[in-house]
Amino acid sequence: MADPLLEVRRLFKHFGGVVATDRLDLAVLEGRVHALIGPNGAGKTTLIAQICGEIAPDSGQILFAGRDITKLPGHARVALGLGRSFQITRIFRSLTVRDNIALAVQARSGSSMRFWRPVAAERALADDADAVLAELGMAASAGLAAGSLPHADQRRLEVALALACRPRLLLLDEPLAGMGAEDAQAMIGLIAQLKQRTTILMVEHDMNAVFRLADVISVLVGGAVIASGAPQAIRDDPEVRRAYLGEEETAAA
Amino acid sequence: MLLLEQGLNGLQFGLMLFLLAAGLTLVFGVMDMVNLAHGSLYMIGAYLMATLAQATGSFWMALPLAMAATAAIGMALESGLLRRLYERDHLSQVLATFALILIANDLVRMIWGPQALLLDAPRALAGTIEIIPGAPYPAFRAFIIGVGVAVAVALYWMIVHTRIGALVRAGASNREMALALGVNVKRLFTLVFGLGAALCALAGAMLGPLLAVQIGMGESILIQAFVVVVIGGIGSIRGALVGALLVGMVDTIGRAFLPVLLRGFLPNNIADALGPTLAAMAVYILMAAVLYWKPTGLFPARG
Amino acid sequence: MRMRLSTSQLRPALIVIAALAFPFLAEAAGGGYYVGVMTRVMIYALAATSLNLVLGYGGMISFGHAAFFGVGAYAVAILAQEGVTSAWAAWPIAVAAGAAFALVIGAISLRTRGLYFIMITLAFAQMLYYFFVSLRAYGGEDGINLAARSRLPWLDLRDETTFYLLVLALLAGCLYLLRRLAASRFGTVLRGIRENEARMTALGYPTYRYRLVCFTVAGAAAGLAGALIVNQHGFVSPSLLDWTQSGTLLIMLILGGVGWLYGGVAGAAAMLLLEEVLSHWTGYWKLGLGLVLLFVVLRAPGGVGSWFARGNTRG
Repeated sequence: MADPLLEVRRLFKHFGGVVATDRLDLAVLEGRVHALIGPNGAGKTTLIAQICGEIAPDSGQILFAGRDITKLPGHARVALGLGRSFQITRIFRSLTVRDNIALAVQARSGSSMRFWRPVAAERALADDADAVLAELGMAASAGLAAGSLPHADQRRLEVALALACRPRLLLLDEPLAGMGAEDAQAMIGLIAQLKQRTTILMVEHDMNAVFRLADVISVLVGGAVIASGAPQAIRDDPEVRRAYLGEEETAAA
Repeated sequence: MLLLEQGLNGLQFGLMLFLLAAGLTLVFGVMDMVNLAHGSLYMIGAYLMATLAQATGSFWMALPLAMAATAAIGMALESGLLRRLYERDHLSQVLATFALILIANDLVRMIWGPQALLLDAPRALAGTIEIIPGAPYPAFRAFIIGVGVAVAVALYWMIVHTRIGALVRAGASNREMALALGVNVKRLFTLVFGLGAALCALAGAMLGPLLAVQIGMGESILIQAFVVVVIGGIGSIRGALVGALLVGMVDTIGRAFLPVLLRGFLPNNIADALGPTLAAMAVYILMAAVLYWKPTGLFPARG
Repeated sequence: MRMRLSTSQLRPALIVIAALAFPFLAEAAGGGYYVGVMTRVMIYALAATSLNLVLGYGGMISFGHAAFFGVGAYAVAILAQEGVTSAWAAWPIAVAAGAAFALVIGAISLRTRGLYFIMITLAFAQMLYYFFVSLRAYGGEDGINLAARSRLPWLDLRDETTFYLLVLALLAGCLYLLRRLAASRFGTVLRGIRENEARMTALGYPTYRYRLVCFTVAGAAAGLAGALIVNQHGFVSPSLLDWTQSGTLLIMLILGGVGWLYGGVAGAAAMLLLEEVLSHWTGYWKLGLGLVLLFVVLRAPGGVGSWFARGNTRG
């Protein structure tokens, strides 16, 4: 069996007295869509932040493509092929959609410590950006200001920005957040399309989307993975049912 | 002996910095607001104190009046103007309160003239006392230390035990939560501001007899109060106290002993040139060091 | 090729011609004093423009920018006292000194955020202020005189018009550099960081490095402005590094328009000329300045410049 693309080993993080990540193990295999589910407060956000290098773990290791990246700053992880989208849309609202993507393209095409030549003269950046947009069916809005797009298109751009980094692993943090049913369907279609090209680790609350897209599902409860496996196995797992049932009962109370 | 005396001076200066830094850190922490005009309230407090002391002929009568008047000015300023800046970016706050400094300086010059005012220490505290046997220490300075300690204890008690304190803590660590709790945030902010202003006046009254009461007096001490707040961690009263004592000690002890200390291992002429320079910079070096290791200060109020 | 110049092309040309002709006209009209005034305006314009790079383009609220201005001025004055009077030697050293201090101060300050950054830059500037106050060998609190203006081959900088023209050329050159920089890859990255730093990190940009380079370049430009101001005044004292001086530079930029290429120029001109006029009238002109500033901040966050420059695209 091949080595996992991303491997998290015995990861531990606490804030004051609260343990957010509790000796967590996780392995994401190349070419899969791996979904991370779990009740609120299970530590999904903290885990993502540690994988991306925004929060330093107290102990444990994170390996990417066989390399220990635990101490690597966030930007260096991106350069290795770890792209991400945010739960809260983080696009460059005042720039055009094309310039948004061009900025991502620029990051992986040579040094940006260049002070003289106008960026507008670099046709290759704009061309690459247009290619990415065409692929995602966003070519029509290339010239619009990103902030003026409707919500669903902003979410799409959010994913496009991550994709334009040409990641080996794409981290999607709640890609369906705040979407209506119709837009959600379109986003699910998009992710299914991306699935052909890149490995995906996805946090998502929409179970319908998770079971349609995921090859592997890991269930996070109390900062640790309590179950991991194929969708059907997870659906039938009694412990998972208990964990979720528990949450529903609390929600009902 | 000298070391002890300088230690007391450091303590005294540190506690006065605390009076200023406490108000500043609360405004920073609770309202998330930079208030450069805090130093102007200190200046106004000292001017009111000097004037009222002359008018009433009594330091003790003037003190509460000056504090109340400065608090009233602070609260009026807050509800009339500064309140509109809370939701603005830090740059707007910096500029607007910087504008207030310019305005306050010229207004004070209009009213009181360009000359420095005299504020005498109360006659009862004109002599010296022996805190340390065999070393007379000015009674007024000892009194300042007492006032500083009393205020620190009172503030601490207020923050930990009273409802206002709980609201302040909630505000400092989580503004949304305070809003969600249904706290009357507007009134709380005004009160906090008034409290900060009153402490400014108190510091002005204490330091007035030691330093000159003059235009611009608030500006250099304001920066030192900033340093205290930054070292201690924005929004933290405990941090402000620790930071103030650290800064007060480092500054006073540094000025008194660094030149002597350097002579120990450097040629005299170099030590004499370097000593005062290093002493003047010591506080800022301390701040840089603290922020290098802990970019959010010693006791960050926010996670 | 188009035969007609549009107004947007004509306006800068007119300004350049007016600026070039000004000293000769002023001398001819017996107003030689105003050549010095305008030189001072241009030097402050350069200092405010360097702050614009940090604040308007880099999005960093530095409250200690006067430090680099002062360091440049002191570098020239100290070198002159030690016998180095050539501008070719002294001015590049002043620029390098501004850059070096900005590099060190920036490296520590940029680890912090928000309010901490504002206050730590402020405190570092104050630290340098006290450093020069206690530097007795070079005048201490009283400051230090520059015996004569820096020397250049072929140009006699003691001549007010010559010095004016040199300052004008340097200011124009720096503005051109800033314009190139803003449109370059580097400028694009700065804009991205200003708008959304977390996303820039997620795109793989080491944002700290870019912000530090921006801070350092601005320090260098401020150092140049310092080298010019000590030549203009013939004197430098610690008050040039005082934190209120940093505040003044900020005010200029706000009045002129943050993030607008000519914001520093417009602001310096507006403020210094206002001072020139009002201080003849009243000793309380800063009261007026404070009220104007308060009004601008509360009413027009884009700055006075933005009222005139609605049509200009920013960035």
